[in-house]
Amino acid sequence: MTALTTARPSGREAPLPPAARKARRRSARLGVVAWCAGIVFCLPVAWMVLTSLHSEPDAATNPPSLGAALTLDGYKRFFGAGGGADPWPSLINSTTASLCSTALVLALALPAAYALSIRPVRKWTDVMFFFLSTKMLPVVAGLLPIYLFAKNAGMLDNIWLLVILYTSMNLPIAVWMLQSFLADVPVSIIEAAQVDGARLPTILTRIVAPIAAPGIAATALICFIFSWNEMLFARVLTGVTAQTAPVFLTGFVTSQGLFLAQLCAASVVVSLPVLAAGFAAQDKLVQGLSLGAVK
Amino acid sequence: MTTSVSASPPAAATPRHTAQAKHSKRNGQPSAARAWATRAPLLPALVFLIAVTQLPFVATLVISLFDWNSLNPDARSLSWFENYKTVATDPAMRESVFTTMLLTASVVVASVVLGLLLALLMDRTFRGRGFVRTLLITPFLLVPISAALLWKHVLYNPEYGLFNGAWTWVAGLFGDDTPTQPDWISNSPLLAVEGALVWQWTPFMMLILLAGLQSRPPDVMEAARLDGASEWQMFRYVTLPHLRRYLELGVLLGSIYIVQNFDAVFTITSGGLGTANLPYTIYQTFYQAHEYGLASAAGVLVVIGTIVIATFALRVVSSLFNEEVNRR
Repeated sequence: MTALTTARPSGREAPLPPAARKARRRSARLGVVAWCAGIVFCLPVAWMVLTSLHSEPDAATNPPSLGAALTLDGYKRFFGAGGGADPWPSLINSTTASLCSTALVLALALPAAYALSIRPVRKWTDVMFFFLSTKMLPVVAGLLPIYLFAKNAGMLDNIWLLVILYTSMNLPIAVWMLQSFLADVPVSIIEAAQVDGARLPTILTRIVAPIAAPGIAATALICFIFSWNEMLFARVLTGVTAQTAPVFLTGFVTSQGLFLAQLCAASVVVSLPVLAAGFAAQDKLVQGLSLGAVK
Repeated sequence: MTTSVSASPPAAATPRHTAQAKHSKRNGQPSAARAWATRAPLLPALVFLIAVTQLPFVATLVISLFDWNSLNPDARSLSWFENYKTVATDPAMRESVFTTMLLTASVVVASVVLGLLLALLMDRTFRGRGFVRTLLITPFLLVPISAALLWKHVLYNPEYGLFNGAWTWVAGLFGDDTPTQPDWISNSPLLAVEGALVWQWTPFMMLILLAGLQSRPPDVMEAARLDGASEWQMFRYVTLPHLRRYLELGVLLGSIYIVQNFDAVFTITSGGLGTANLPYTIYQTFYQAHEYGLASAAGVLVVIGTIVIATFALRVVSSLFNEEVNRR
């Protein structure tokens, strides 16, 4: 019985003892269970993609029409064929907000992470936890003053306001992630550069960034995802011109008649950048989501 | 926290030594100027964060003491704790506090249990493991609004949703041509929101717990195995104690994120049928009812609730973090 748990790949020694053979069979069975679980979890997404490729009447049948003819009509109509609202401005707004805030986050977080790992300030852990604690402040708690400020400053419906807010939203996560990645940069290289007279900006861009590039990339991808997904700020603080893609999605449902295929197409298009970023950052995803607590 | 502070090299320089440090730079004691030079890279991020996150909260605290409806701006007056009294006695507010707790607790517990089962499955080697992992995390990588819309219109819809559609198909196989077609959202609105959220958050829990499982010390596992521990005993006495902090981390981070959930409630039920949680109620109080003071008071209450959870969360993160620092 005890050997059952050793489902590790132990090479390919030819005559397996019966216990090991039993273990292998059991492991295969559990593998099948894991496959089923994966498929069940992915099924709604797969169904969404399939529905997006059906025509509207085929998308809204009961029972579902699995083998109906495929068409790109849903996507065409989402992108404005047939007189609907044009999604491009909102997609461009989301891209602007996500990319600019991610760049700003990195510009602020990289020096901060340097001061928390490579040349740590005194009590650097306290500073780390201050950063983290701001992340725990619920968004709704600051929403109203920000709204009033934006209204008085004439910044309502302005994409740059979202850039600033998304930067503050992601900064703690980025500092935590980068701190743990920068800690792996060998200090001796940096000291050598300092002896040669390199200043901080040079050290960060020429030495730290190339060495920690995979970690910085993962951090950027996670910040991008969170900015792209954000909805509450965008909903309250933007109207027409600065509307982001998630807000566009919500407005889009109520105004249409038969809309299932088009809705699925829209969801696929809006989710695509996040899915791509998420799969690219898969290995570091846990570290980012757990604020660097888990590696 | 104290252990890790002493683990950082420059923490050795205490203020008492700074006067003497000016002269003894060679001994590794930073001078005041150097201390500021090390702090400088940190300042932009700190100043930015304080300005954008802390100041608005202070403003919320102040506004919460006013009787202020933006539709009637002239009647703005200081009412001290009147708003808090209203929040505490208003049945709708009270219900949304209760809904928030129920929603958060049930989603967190369900997704942790499911996530643990999946993590245990994924901890084994089998063919296509990397691909199955990708399949499993897909729900978490969907834009939350897309996910909510997907559940509401494509899965739950009583006439053409996938759930009822699949049910019709299955019933048809057994010769039942007019099966019951439940309206999932109006029959059990809270459960409908919870279902969508559990689906999205289970992958998150799985990822954290899987990382925990894979950090189990192999020698301890081997020793337990050699001592003849059964699989259940190994799980109960080796794996579970090791996972404890990862479970705590998952529960706490999940709670912090789900307490704040707005997208799913807003989309699936629009806060109707008793599913309005606090973020949604606050959004409505200020965005539709224009009761600024009241919304702020409710916001402060959410913060207090979050601080209680967050204090525990920070403790867990801090213990995991210190372990990581000491290992370096």
